[in-house]
Amino acid sequence: QQPAQFTNPETPGYVGFANLPNQVHRKSVKKGFEFTLMVVGESGLGKSTLINSLFLTDLYPERIIPGAAEKIERTVQIEASTVEIEERGVKLRLTVVDTPGYGDAINCRDCFKTIISYIDEQFERYLHDESGLNRRHIIDNRVHCCFYFISPFGHGLKPLDVEFMKAVHNKVNIVPVIAKADTLSLKERERLKKRILDEIEEHGIKIYHLPDAESDEDEDFKEQTRLLKASIPFCVVGSNQLIEAKGKKVRGRLYPWGVVEVENPEHNDFLKLRTMLITHMQDLQEVTQDLHYENFRSERLKRGGR
Amino acid sequence: PHAGSVESKNEAAMSELVPEPRQKPVVPMKPMGINASLLGYIGIDTIIEQMRKKTMKTGFDFNIMVVGQSGLGKSTLVNTLFKSQVSRKSSGWNREEKIPKTVEIKAIGHVIEEGGVKMKLTVIDTPGFGDQINNENCWEPIEKYINEQYEKFLKEEVNIARKKRIPDTRVHCCLYFISPTGHSLRPLDLEFMKHLSKVVNIIPVIAKADTMTLEEKTEFKQRVRKELEVNGIEFYPQKEFDEDLEDKTENDKIRQESMPFAVVGSDKEYQVNGKRVLGRKTPWGIIEVENLTHCEFALLRDFVIRTHLQDLKEVTHNIHYETYRAKRLNDNGGLPPMTVETEENHESNL
Repeated sequence: QQPAQFTNPETPGYVGFANLPNQVHRKSVKKGFEFTLMVVGESGLGKSTLINSLFLTDLYPERIIPGAAEKIERTVQIEASTVEIEERGVKLRLTVVDTPGYGDAINCRDCFKTIISYIDEQFERYLHDESGLNRRHIIDNRVHCCFYFISPFGHGLKPLDVEFMKAVHNKVNIVPVIAKADTLSLKERERLKKRILDEIEEHGIKIYHLPDAESDEDEDFKEQTRLLKASIPFCVVGSNQLIEAKGKKVRGRLYPWGVVEVENPEHNDFLKLRTMLITHMQDLQEVTQDLHYENFRSERLKRGGR
Repeated sequence: PHAGSVESKNEAAMSELVPEPRQKPVVPMKPMGINASLLGYIGIDTIIEQMRKKTMKTGFDFNIMVVGQSGLGKSTLVNTLFKSQVSRKSSGWNREEKIPKTVEIKAIGHVIEEGGVKMKLTVIDTPGFGDQINNENCWEPIEKYINEQYEKFLKEEVNIARKKRIPDTRVHCCLYFISPTGHSLRPLDLEFMKHLSKVVNIIPVIAKADTMTLEEKTEFKQRVRKELEVNGIEFYPQKEFDEDLEDKTENDKIRQESMPFAVVGSDKEYQVNGKRVLGRKTPWGIIEVENLTHCEFALLRDFVIRTHLQDLKEVTHNIHYETYRAKRLNDNGGLPPMTVETEENHESNL
């Protein structure tokens, strides 16, 4: 296989270390990837459905949705599910961390403490493993990305949204997502997006910033990056159902007045969200490692000992 | 006041036993391959392309050490390997220079680029090795140098405010030059490789192979391989680090047939059959360095650079460096190394 990759190995002056990326490639394919995605938002905003749609899986097959009375007593839970996805020989071990109960209580004052503890625990565990004697098989359970679901029914961010994001923006990459986008017209969406962006800036909330495309990338990629950046926060619709539309089977929601197609870019930003996640998976991991984790680590070490 | 060494060791063992904090049983895995193709394409394989692009942009470090008696062609070989003037010989070294009285370590760095990939290559030469009358323990300065690089890396790693990309000066590969006597390895060769194969990747090469006929070469290689085996010297690629069957098959062939590579180096070009080739001109013919029927230079080059470059770095980082680190931590009672209190490094992980 390898000789095919060399650009004329007999060219005088050709050493061959330009083949290094292929060597790294081969090892990465063998190893596969790990990624942890946290989803946070009130009940009923379509989080589970969206996750299933994103990864074409059914992560929550035996779900029982509790009634309101049950929700009163519930505190925020942390539920992590792991699934292995393989595509064209590349393996991804995806962990989705769900946070049922968030925003459900009458008094939500403490509802994000559990979530922050969870994030910190993963950092703590990694720090401990990293400092240990046997480091051959460290598992990285740190949260690489947090999708924060904003309700489309309000006029922008709610106080809880602001407080939560400010509490975690130095610990995790926040990607704000406007859920159930099919309740909004296109104009309403634009207005809501702008409103949310303004509020994010006003409150000094640091959301995840897509890095600009490098100057040597091709035009398509640069254009795609521009488009992604301009669409944040993404307005999405998720669905577990296949509907017949225009002679094809598509993921969508069937209404009397038409079909909302999940993967139609004119209907919602689902494809953009998925593209962003996949093309920036590595960057999300790096920012978690180089920024959030290192911050945690230096704070932790300054506070003293192990 | 820190926990005693016993507690730390327990902690280390525990981190392997304590399960991850999951409160719900893991969802049974479906055959995802089928799902993905039925319902659409997600694009996970593009992550590999992202990583490759990143590798190309950031470039990489590679540190290669050459060890062997003076005059075995070490500098020439390194220049030939990288098709550039990267060795000590090319950086103002004078051929008339006296052999140093002790082993010296000289590291020279270069940045070379090819196909968009940048490599920061450091060639570490060890003049004086094996050249004295009494060569006892002459590998010690070399072992010391190698360990010093591990120590440097470790100190940076445990720092509170550590660099994003820790500069890597660790020796990834040590080419050990065997003199083409045609008889056997010398006691010094055995001693050196016995000591150093435990701390660094050693690749033995038979130097100036143009002094042996094909039969002599084959016999000598067999004898050297036998001697290495009998003396328990694990050269790179080490058997115990083969990751899977694919690796094992590939590496077995290299270990049992090709190595040690019998090489000839040259930085002079000659015209042969209308092509310009690197070679050595003698009255009885031109020895073409990159011709596999003449010598095994091309095999060495392909092995070190084109196929196993990344693996050399990984074995250094995951095995040799970790061994060093574990020993340091153990010596220190399970704690990271104490640093000398100076202005710049008082903020380490103590």
